[in-house]
Amino acid sequence: MSLLDVKDLKTSYGPVNVLAGVSFTVEPGETYALVGESGSGKTTVIRAIAGMAPAQEGSVKFDGQEIRGASERTLRPLRKNIAMMFQDPVGSLSPRLTIRSLITEPYRIQGMKDRDLDAEAKRLLEMVNLPAHFADRYPYQLSGGQARRVGVARALALEPKLILADEPTAGLDVSVQGELLNLMNDLRERLGLAMVIITHNLNVVRHVADRMGILYLGRLVEEGATETVFHEPRHPYTRCLLSANPEPDPDARLERIALKGEPPSLLKRPSGCEFRERCPFAQEICTQTPQWEVDNGHGLRCLAPLHQGTAA
Amino acid sequence: MTDTLLEIDRLSVDYETARGDLKALRDISFDVRKGEIVGIVGESGCGKSTLISSILRLTAPNTRFRQGEVRFKGEDLLQLPERKMRDLRGADISIVFQDPMQTHNPVLSIGQQMLDIQHRSKASKADKRARAAQMLGAVGIPDPEARLAQFPHEFSGGMRQRIAIAMALMSEPDLLIADEPTTALDATLEVQIIERLQELQQEFDCAILFISHHLGVIAELCDRVVVMYAGAVIESGDVREIFHDPKHPYTRRLIDCDPGHIKERARVLPTIPGEVPDLANLPGGCIFRDRCDQAMPRCAAEVPPLAQLKEGHHAACWLNHKEAAE
Repeated sequence: MSLLDVKDLKTSYGPVNVLAGVSFTVEPGETYALVGESGSGKTTVIRAIAGMAPAQEGSVKFDGQEIRGASERTLRPLRKNIAMMFQDPVGSLSPRLTIRSLITEPYRIQGMKDRDLDAEAKRLLEMVNLPAHFADRYPYQLSGGQARRVGVARALALEPKLILADEPTAGLDVSVQGELLNLMNDLRERLGLAMVIITHNLNVVRHVADRMGILYLGRLVEEGATETVFHEPRHPYTRCLLSANPEPDPDARLERIALKGEPPSLLKRPSGCEFRERCPFAQEICTQTPQWEVDNGHGLRCLAPLHQGTAA
Repeated sequence: MTDTLLEIDRLSVDYETARGDLKALRDISFDVRKGEIVGIVGESGCGKSTLISSILRLTAPNTRFRQGEVRFKGEDLLQLPERKMRDLRGADISIVFQDPMQTHNPVLSIGQQMLDIQHRSKASKADKRARAAQMLGAVGIPDPEARLAQFPHEFSGGMRQRIAIAMALMSEPDLLIADEPTTALDATLEVQIIERLQELQQEFDCAILFISHHLGVIAELCDRVVVMYAGAVIESGDVREIFHDPKHPYTRRLIDCDPGHIKERARVLPTIPGEVPDLANLPGGCIFRDRCDQAMPRCAAEVPPLAQLKEGHHAACWLNHKEAAE
């Protein structure tokens, strides 16, 4: 049984149909990356998993238990096992609490009165490689990288089985970004954590994710093992995303595939394949609606896929 | 040199604070030639923002210019009366800011804002409007006439940044300062913006000072690169020199850290351990010494000068000095 099983998740904010049926699974200890542009619904997916965004249809099963639409009372004990890392590292820490209070707050919320909060704070800070005296600091006294690590410490407090990380490296300098990714990789191995990471930074995905899903307008358009998706993207959108990744080499002239125009409005979803109007490889057949098809663990929603015939 | 547009000459800028003077920029020198794209790379706290605000003289009240000149077309901007400076801003030098969501006034239509910034022009309102529409078209906004009536919230982030570029270029400036213009955007839109900037730079023949911490973007867009660390220029040169033959350990490590460089999945990514030094209490010698794995005794004793290694390639590191190696 998968640790997390998301099936046909749908979310609308009024007329805006943000998630149009998202399905994926995460196994224990696995890292799954959701990749997509702004407005693709990435954040809504993980907020819906954590019960922080509404989901009108579909199912979210954690350890076999349905949690979509569950009451706050049912969800609270479950939140011990599902921790969230928010996108804005400083903004997600209350400015009036010390780091000690912030990272031990989960124990208070869960009513774990027997814990020695000072000792726990020390242990958690050590786990994320921050000195113990940071417990007395306030968020404004931290750099962006340090605030991120406090976010990791807080997420780890209750020894969760699953971490939901929203853009864990956004806004970090390159030299610090590596540190955070190393830390997350290390903790994952030591603690056997599963993670869902959402990001638009493909360079990050390559180094942390076992599997990845590409989200476009609230639907997965491709999914597979990270290596396979990077080496043999089959959906034109994936290919465009990969080719839009500038390389730190002035002589690298990528075979860049330009995307046409802007993402369409969610209020007026295009007919047929929703990527058709921006797709450089669109064909006549693309006016029909593509279905989600899985071949050998590689999922695809495209009627005119690339690399045809290369599938093993 | 007649084709030099902007010369930063030994510029030092402090911020007066309760803890003492924060030495935000120290002895910065570099130049931008006409029609050239110069990239400034550096991480948080390296002084990029202080540098831009110093060029435009839009500095905080506790800023103190300690030394040096900012010459634009031969004239020192730091000595210019404020009135003349105002004539320059937005006309000869314009800027595109980082966050496209906050650059525009939310309660005025885009058209109104594009008319407002033509306040210097004597043209009729209809002509100004036509000019605004033409510029929107130039940055690839479809149906520009109709969109002039729309408000900022009706545009996506990528479009808003392109509108900001259109507005910055409207006066046909000689120098465009772009302060991390793609940081807030998705990769696909980032590429659109870079390509657009390249085209427009050709068309308008303006120089661009492009500030970014994204090495991939710098490598793709710029002719020359200035690398800053903790308020000082530590290396500068032709983009190929910098990326293929970096002569300062910080530059080298920074390039190594970029995960875009590492094609195969890595268990452990390279990092630069340590922290940027406290600018209010600078250590003696080389500022990168504490984090440098090649530091020598000399690095603690003397500040390495930004020395020319070959035509157009400067670096501030004792490793490049022959006598040090012996």
